Amino acid sequence: MTTPQLVKLIDTTLCTACRGCQVACKQWNEMPGLRTKQWGSYQNPPDLQWNTWTLIRFQEYEDQSGNFDWIFRKDGCMHCTDAACVKVCPSGSLYYTPLKTVGIHHEKCIGCKECVAACPFHIPKYDAKTDKVYKCDLCYSRIRESQAPACVKSCPTGALTIGDKDAMIKKAYARVKELGGDANVYGDKFVGGTHVIYVLKYKPEVYESLPVDPKVPLSVMVWKDLLKPLSLLAAGAAAAGAFIHYITHGPKTPHEDGQEQKGGE
Amino acid sequence: MTNHYCDLKNADVILIMGSNAAEHHPIAFKWILRAKEKGAKIIHVDPRYTRTSARCDFHVPLRSGTDIAFLGGMINYIFENDKYFKEYVVNYTNASFIVDSGFHFKDGLFSGYDAKKRKYNKDTWTFDKDGRGIPRRDMSLSHPRSVFQLLKKHYSRYTLDKVSSITGVSKENLLKVYEIYASTGAPDKAGTECYALGWTHHTVGSQNIRTMAIIQLLLGNMGIAGGGINALRGEPNVQGSTDHCILYGNLPGYLKMPVASLGSLDKYLKKCTPVSNDPQSANYYSNYPNFFVSFLKSLWGDKANNANNFGYDWLPKLEDGKAYSTMHLFDAMYAGSVKGFFAIGADPAVSTPNSNKVRKALENLDWLVGENIFNNETYEFWRGPGVDPAKIKTECFLLPASASMEKEGSQSNSGRWVQWKYKAAQAPGDAIPVGEIEIKILAAVKKLYEKEGGPNAEAIVNMKWDYLDGKGSMDVLKLAHHINGRFTQDTVIEDKAKKTSTLFKKGSLVPTFGMLKADGSTACGNWIMSGSFGADGENKMMRRGKEDPTGLGLFPDWSFAWPVNRRIIYNRASCDVYGKPYNPNRKLLEWTGDKWVGDVPDGPWPPMADKAKGKYPFIMKQDGVASLFGPAMAEGPFPEHYEPLESPLEKNPMSSQRNNPAIEIFKSDMDKVASASKDFPYVCTTYSCTEHWCTGALTRWQAWLLEAMPELYVEIGDELAKELKIKNGERIKVTSIRGEAPCVAMVTKRFKPFQVEGKTVHQVGMPFNYGWLFPKDGGDSTNVLTPTVGCANTFCPEYKAFMVNVEKL
Repeated sequence: MTTPQLVKLIDTTLCTACRGCQVACKQWNEMPGLRTKQWGSYQNPPDLQWNTWTLIRFQEYEDQSGNFDWIFRKDGCMHCTDAACVKVCPSGSLYYTPLKTVGIHHEKCIGCKECVAACPFHIPKYDAKTDKVYKCDLCYSRIRESQAPACVKSCPTGALTIGDKDAMIKKAYARVKELGGDANVYGDKFVGGTHVIYVLKYKPEVYESLPVDPKVPLSVMVWKDLLKPLSLLAAGAAAAGAFIHYITHGPKTPHEDGQEQKGGE
Repeated sequence: MTNHYCDLKNADVILIMGSNAAEHHPIAFKWILRAKEKGAKIIHVDPRYTRTSARCDFHVPLRSGTDIAFLGGMINYIFENDKYFKEYVVNYTNASFIVDSGFHFKDGLFSGYDAKKRKYNKDTWTFDKDGRGIPRRDMSLSHPRSVFQLLKKHYSRYTLDKVSSITGVSKENLLKVYEIYASTGAPDKAGTECYALGWTHHTVGSQNIRTMAIIQLLLGNMGIAGGGINALRGEPNVQGSTDHCILYGNLPGYLKMPVASLGSLDKYLKKCTPVSNDPQSANYYSNYPNFFVSFLKSLWGDKANNANNFGYDWLPKLEDGKAYSTMHLFDAMYAGSVKGFFAIGADPAVSTPNSNKVRKALENLDWLVGENIFNNETYEFWRGPGVDPAKIKTECFLLPASASMEKEGSQSNSGRWVQWKYKAAQAPGDAIPVGEIEIKILAAVKKLYEKEGGPNAEAIVNMKWDYLDGKGSMDVLKLAHHINGRFTQDTVIEDKAKKTSTLFKKGSLVPTFGMLKADGSTACGNWIMSGSFGADGENKMMRRGKEDPTGLGLFPDWSFAWPVNRRIIYNRASCDVYGKPYNPNRKLLEWTGDKWVGDVPDGPWPPMADKAKGKYPFIMKQDGVASLFGPAMAEGPFPEHYEPLESPLEKNPMSSQRNNPAIEIFKSDMDKVASASKDFPYVCTTYSCTEHWCTGALTRWQAWLLEAMPELYVEIGDELAKELKIKNGERIKVTSIRGEAPCVAMVTKRFKPFQVEGKTVHQVGMPFNYGWLFPKDGGDSTNVLTPTVGCANTFCPEYKAFMVNVEKL
């Protein structure tokens, strides 16, 4: 029997930006609240930081016809299948959990910040005081006990749900169909598929701080997937083949329902 | 709420106006989203685009303080386009009643106005009656003095052009809202309205709500699943505290606080007990004496008896015509006539309007007692900004109280569901529940009165407050029993319909308020809570059954809803006069020939088509029907638009009465007003945010919440910001004639200027969640800006519309 793969679905169209998730995350993970300044936004802290593993981003958006929308997007670790942070982590601090999410052993972190540079979503954040990097581990301490992550548990509207990967992806596509327009599923088509996926109302390029075409940086792939195994295993043609595959095709992507992920425009 | 939170999912259209539901009722908002998922239209009408607007189908901005004009236009639309539910209006409202010939409305004033007293003589706000004393009715609704025709005439003045010019809402947007909402006038459609402080915080607060009540009655939306008028009340147990008489004019269960001129129990009961000669009107308040005398018995037990009018004389009396709201309290304190003050779970130095005046008033106190879980700006007034502690003579005490999760008891949600909750943690240190503090203080005061006597000593020494357990701690169950009510003697209750006779022993719990008596045989602390316990002692507030037999989300076995576990009030109006549901798809109730099936009906009587035994559906109303014409209101039986005390307009576009003619004007030297002044050109409104709670006196100490919303800000539209050269995030100040509030500018597209009476009017908004005590760099109360003025009926302050200037530092 294979271990179930969990996917957390963030339906941005149901989010009221109450920030219950932002606070519940800190509570469960025992992260302190720090003194911030009002900087002209509801979004606070202004960005993810070592004590803030999930953040509601507030964005005032006007489309070309002048229609106004206040966009709320919960930002945080995407839990990639092909995770750059795990690849670059030299200490084994970042790792794949049996549930295929990306966990973090803080006691192993050496503060090298390789993951901070490698993550295509700009998620891991470094704290100089403890000389360690922090990020969401999808509440591994909860999900391994079959409890929903703190953010999901706190969500009053159903914007956050978690469940079996296939079921959640199906649910996301059904929702997108219902919403129509530019609505799309974000996350299932790149970096091997993420274990956090979004239902977005608008095209990904509309959203602040959301990469349209996230990729594991080439340098990371070359080093970790090719040169490192090469030097260690002295393998020949097979590795060279893999290298060519990556260079020409990019990372392997699963295809769902024949739908193409738009992006990179 | 006439309905309840889960019921919001049953609506076809939800109008959120006067509320920022997503931000202030984030959990309840899921029921609104459920309605939306099922295809309901969700409309948000609010001066500012908020997190609520983001989740609605559309948002319509309106100038603060013009809700009556907006809704008056909707009434006019309903009449002009024949959208009202005629059968409902004819049978279930007073539309057909004939109003006294002396009644009139001219240039903003109704008949009977006394300009000196700023009050109305309501002698002409009455109905013509027939020989039996029953209101005359014209079922054709054509009589020129019928409520229907007067109503139609009154609102015919609220034309699209006029309303658009007053509110700043485009005609296109007005029509869009009117059309969608009026579609719920169809018998099988339901529209509901969610309001909160956005409607009550005005000098016309009560009339804002009444205007909507009129719309709901015209469309047949009262008493039905997915309908009603729904006040979204807050986390601080607002519903429970109102039920238990937090307002000065009430006694528990909305009984009336007596006034001095009602010098005897008989006089009082005669005044408060309505009489109807119409045999089809249940006139349930004819039971008023049963509720009231039982209440007196609960206060004084055996000491209250027939011989001493059950202690009526001991009950404090209000002076006739005098109000005792928080604003009056601080006005009197400022004048020096209040010497001692208990501030329990409150921070009026931040929350009360014109807080500079409030803070000055506190300096006149001899003593101040605070009871709270945290310190706050009120308890620390003696070392507040600009105060020299050496000059303050007030002796201050702060008693530590336990928090809500540190004590057991009941908590009531907006849907009148009274839910029992349990103690989750031990309170730290010496903290005890505030109820226990009060009981202990009273016990000490009682001893002093027993020893030394004093004015009205009997009221105190005879008080029956036996709510402590064996260990000297508060016994909440004992108190809850007392609120529910007990028989004070062995009583046999005969049920003629069921042909049963039951003996209730002395001391046993009263199972329903129908059994309360005015002869002293029952004692009940709050009649509407009677039935929260079964006769067998079952605490119904503890019920957690999840069954939903109707599928409408009534959940009858979850907690106890007052009255008598009725989930939707006036539910008999969901059926026609024969008891058949108007909407078979959302069947709330149905008359099966011998009984009602569904929700707990508003009384067991047959529907009104049964002329012999049937009753009208609005059983708490004297005439059994709902009031389109509402003479109980201070400023008139029909709501009328008046400008806020401070407004950008010199003249009310509707009449020569600029402000609500019935509001009280406070006159101290600190009560300055600047209306239509070039010095204060912008409309300001105040509000809370999701992250903080009320004054922030509890939440500002919580680092996670403070991190999310760290300091005072003013939301200002980008057009005004550009005009004033203010940048986003810049420190600026907002000033009114009463004070100034330095804060951070939040420049946003979510405030747009309004076109009002041919000129551009900008509006800004600020939260009232901050105070100088903590954090030190978080800013102070926004209420240094707000005026001391309130609703003519309730004295709920006008926090939502006043005039300011916005300046660079």
